[in-house]
Amino acid sequence: MIKSAILIALVRGLRSIGHQSIKGVWRFGAGMRLFWLTLISSGESFRRFHLTIREIYFTGVMSLIIILVSAFFVGMVLGLQGYHTLQRYGSSEAIGVLVALALVRELGPVVTALLFAGRAGTAITAEIGLMKATEQLSAMEMMAVSPISRVIAPRFWAGVIAMPILAILFSMVGILGGYLLAVPVIGVDAGAFWSQMQANVDWRHDILNGVIKSFVFGVACTMIALFEGYDAPPTAEGVSRATTRTVVTSSLAVLGLDFILTSFMLNV
Amino acid sequence: MNPNIVEIDNLSFGYKGRMLHQGINMVFPRGKVVAIMGGSGSGKTTLLRLIGGQIKPSKGEVRVDGQVVHKQSREGVYKLRRKMGMLFQHGALFTDLSVFENVAFPMREHTDLPESMIRDLVLMKLNAVGLRGAYKMMPTELSGGMARRVAVARAIALDPSIIMYDEPFAGLDPISMGVVCDLIRTLNDALGATSIIVTHDVEETFRFADYIYFVADGVVAAEGTPEDLRNSDLPFVHQFVFGEKDGPVAFHYAADDYGRTMLGTDT
Ligand SMILES: Nc1ncnc2c1ncn2[C@@H]1O[C@H](COP(=O)(O)OP(=O)(O)O)[C@@H](O)[C@H]1O
Ligand SMILES: [Mg+2]
Repeated sequence: MIKSAILIALVRGLRSIGHQSIKGVWRFGAGMRLFWLTLISSGESFRRFHLTIREIYFTGVMSLIIILVSAFFVGMVLGLQGYHTLQRYGSSEAIGVLVALALVRELGPVVTALLFAGRAGTAITAEIGLMKATEQLSAMEMMAVSPISRVIAPRFWAGVIAMPILAILFSMVGILGGYLLAVPVIGVDAGAFWSQMQANVDWRHDILNGVIKSFVFGVACTMIALFEGYDAPPTAEGVSRATTRTVVTSSLAVLGLDFILTSFMLNV
Repeated sequence: MNPNIVEIDNLSFGYKGRMLHQGINMVFPRGKVVAIMGGSGSGKTTLLRLIGGQIKPSKGEVRVDGQVVHKQSREGVYKLRRKMGMLFQHGALFTDLSVFENVAFPMREHTDLPESMIRDLVLMKLNAVGLRGAYKMMPTELSGGMARRVAVARAIALDPSIIMYDEPFAGLDPISMGVVCDLIRTLNDALGATSIIVTHDVEETFRFADYIYFVADGVVAAEGTPEDLRNSDLPFVHQFVFGEKDGPVAFHYAADDYGRTMLGTDT
């Protein structure tokens, strides 16, 4: 009796694991398919670039405030923590390098992408999901206009273009935050702060790699947000669940991709 | 020229194993206003989607202007759709665009007309539905009846030869209903188009349709001019036209025996 109960529970557990994995693989495939369709339907996004500009405005400008404010605080915290550790070794002038490298290589792209997923990604998912639920996408199809090239692709490219710009702004404002903390507040020499930074931040290995990261995050976050919206069941509940999934999936994707990209970039 | 712009031939279609249409035959002659009536869930909206080529039939075919819709390539379907205008059940206006831009949308997508010409055309279409004064408004600011009319203006933006209306009267007050009703007739005659109207409003439909199809249980249960149908002694038509609850149309969705469901012995 007990044995069979355990067996049933076990089978049920296995079954649900299998079910979830199949669903995951299926969704990944469907997402990739949408990604491919978006790429081959992108002509119009560039031919009529004002469509894309409009979306850059919505996604980029919408996220600007939260990203700049966060960057400022992250920069100051880096300054504080860096100073606290570096002064023990008597090298507090290196604080500029530390802040800049941490931001340009890691925190800039990663934190920007996480904030982007929460701010712009959710908005994209909700917008597309509602367009689907209210038959706007169907109506477009019936007007012989492809929703993928008219709605999905411009938003995709807008996200891909906006993300690196936002990440660069994040790093710049973060460095400013670190500077304001280290130089006027703590009293680190301003010349040392900047010159050490200039000497030790490499154009290709640090800055370019950071931009590449944020470009990849831009592709992932925007595509996930678009897919979740496009795939959402056309009901209020479906759209709200999709919005949550956008944040969860994007965050995991960003952190996972960051690990993969970093290990390639550091050549280990 | 083929006198029928749309022909539905022995059409069958179903979602997920449950057959919805089982051998439907209909023709839509050029220049006429034809209504498709039937209860909720009888597959009327689905029928419009089949005509528009958004879904493929499992058997039979739909021909638009002599061409089989589901055998067209993607470009072919898009080309056919440019001859169609469709009013969706809830209007489906683009919520991020103004009334003006909604009506201008098909023109901007499919023509290279200069801005001044688009402006004139859009205002003309809006004038035809009596809403020229609302061109600056956003869809969220419109009442249900106004939104419906803007959607009509958008559907006729490119002077389609087939206009499909999905429940154009649902949820409208009697005055807006009369307005939309007249509008459909006027547009049909002014544009020389063919109108297909899906509805379950008996009175309105009988007043202005040229021909009516009744759909029930996946087939055309009755058809004819309003005159014919009013005098019809088919029990089904009688039930529908006079809104009787007892008759051949069952209130219940097909289900197992009630007692067995209650006892939980069915699975
Ligand atoms: N995309 C879909 N997937 C599965 N079932 C659907 C879908 N769309 C409609 N149905 C089902 O098909 C039936 C007919 O729908 P519909 O054509 O909208 O009916 P009507 O417009 O006559 O009220 C309904 O029972 C509905 O639940
Ligand atoms: Mg319907």
